[in-house]
Amino acid sequence: MYEQEKCKFAKTHEWAFIEGETAVVGISDHAQHEISDIVFVELPQKGAQVKAGERCCVIESVKSASDIFSPVSGEIVEVNEAVTADPALVNREPHAGGWLFKVKMSDVKEADALLSFEAYKASL
Amino acid sequence: MNNYPHNLLSIEKSSALRRGVQIRTSEKKASSYLPKEFLRQTPPNLPSMSEFDAVRHFTNLSRLNFCLDTHFYPLGSCTMKYNPKAYDVLSSLDGFANVHPYAPEEYVQGTLGIIYALQNQLKEITGLYDFTLQPSAGAHGEFTGALIAAAYHRARKDFDRREIIIPDTAHGTNPATAAMAGCKVINIKSAPDGRVDLEELKKVLGPKTALVMLTIPNTAGLFEKNIKTIAEMTHNAGALLYMDGANLNALIGLVKPADMGVDLMHINLHKTIATPHGGGGPGAGAVGVCEKLADFLPVPRIVFDGKKYKLSAKTKYSIGGVKSFYGNISVIIRAYCYLSQFDGNTLKEIAENAVLNANYVRVKLAKYFPAYFDAVCMHECVLTIDKGVLPAARTADIAKMLLDMGFHAPTIYFPLIVPEAIMIEPTETENKQTLDKFVSAMTSIFLEAGSNPEALHEAPKNCPVKRIDEVSAAREPNLRW
Repeated sequence: MYEQEKCKFAKTHEWAFIEGETAVVGISDHAQHEISDIVFVELPQKGAQVKAGERCCVIESVKSASDIFSPVSGEIVEVNEAVTADPALVNREPHAGGWLFKVKMSDVKEADALLSFEAYKASL
Repeated sequence: MNNYPHNLLSIEKSSALRRGVQIRTSEKKASSYLPKEFLRQTPPNLPSMSEFDAVRHFTNLSRLNFCLDTHFYPLGSCTMKYNPKAYDVLSSLDGFANVHPYAPEEYVQGTLGIIYALQNQLKEITGLYDFTLQPSAGAHGEFTGALIAAAYHRARKDFDRREIIIPDTAHGTNPATAAMAGCKVINIKSAPDGRVDLEELKKVLGPKTALVMLTIPNTAGLFEKNIKTIAEMTHNAGALLYMDGANLNALIGLVKPADMGVDLMHINLHKTIATPHGGGGPGAGAVGVCEKLADFLPVPRIVFDGKKYKLSAKTKYSIGGVKSFYGNISVIIRAYCYLSQFDGNTLKEIAENAVLNANYVRVKLAKYFPAYFDAVCMHECVLTIDKGVLPAARTADIAKMLLDMGFHAPTIYFPLIVPEAIMIEPTETENKQTLDKFVSAMTSIFLEAGSNPEALHEAPKNCPVKRIDEVSAAREPNLRW
């Protein structure tokens, strides 16, 4: 469980849950609601380098295909295969079983620039 | 409608004893005349029906069709307009339709002459220097344009220009084209008024920019007010300005893209200039370029020496051919007929009526479904749901409800920057009575969405196919019958 109060948020609706040097990344409850029924998730490659704000993943719903941007820079160390098999998991548990990938951050300070849950909520 | 026997496939209606054609049995079976090794071991699994059953099967299926010939089709961004049937007849004349693609030039002077003449008509409309009619669709035209831009930069030994800047109000094919052409896509966010944000553009323009790709009017149905400035900024940075001209319906006869500073563009002949559109083609994505890009156009070119039309491949910098033989000729012929039938003033009226109709719908529906960008629009309007008034309503439900009321659904959830987008393009060919009926249908949907939102989730109820479970269909696709 990656409680939203403990997560940092990007303006583009991704959350990052920071555990030391690693950030677990998913999309916000608001985002999954807006995207509506998710039918396909294309995860990044394990081992790929990502940059903060860069597109690294795609989520398709019955409504649209949405780009997912990594909130932090670093290396993808783990991806959540469970959402490939059951994309609806992102709808059901956006802050738990529906996480997308884990990034080993190249610069831990980068996360400071992200929004707190309160600030994110206020921006909606 | 529910009595239509559409629920069974022809193979399911098959009965082994029925035959479409009864042939008198001869003494010797036909198969006995054929070498054994060519005879199949098991009979093919084809439906066995009487001719009458087959005729009814297909006639009934055709009556289920929801199409431009039967219904109003306000599918935004697609320009589903009426095209004169006479052009279908003309383009399928024997001399056009049955020409062998390898026929010598002197046998196809008429066809070559039409291509040449249409190029001239398009030059007049756009103010551009030259055209190719080879590309077979809009996206194919974009791709051709991107290749021309790349070849131009390479010829100037400017090898670093690999980025294509595309605003978030562009057609979805634009970034796909840029990626296909091997370039990096740089997306820029629009300003709050739905137009290009000049500050954002300034940030990303530079020595790496190959092309700025604008859809004009953009997918929010808005004209770029600052187009002259954008063109100037683009040219000062050494880049080219590409116009996605798929929405030319709004501008034809009113403004020449070349005058706005456009270096190259494509036109969807099948949207703006007569050809039934939809179902994946055939189309034609004519590409026009300014003088400095003319040498890069695909070959063969059509040249005219005053007496005869010829195909020529004599250019030093051409990007090569982009289509086998020369484009989709039937579409080119229809476009030529259309542009030959109307004079400049009529073309102008076409654009004005396309814009007027979209604004009529926008203003009439403003109380119920407000325009997302509160401004005069061009040929299409993008409406949204006021969540304060209808918190439970969803665009998808509204679209499905329209099907029940005899209207094709508009484009929905596009452009992506508009929440709950309803994109309506009436086109110039619809009359006021049709638009009024559409407005009253939308009004009654608004009222129902307020009083009984649950009912909308069940639409369509009157169509031969009822509410489809789109989520399961996408999550667990089963393509067998």
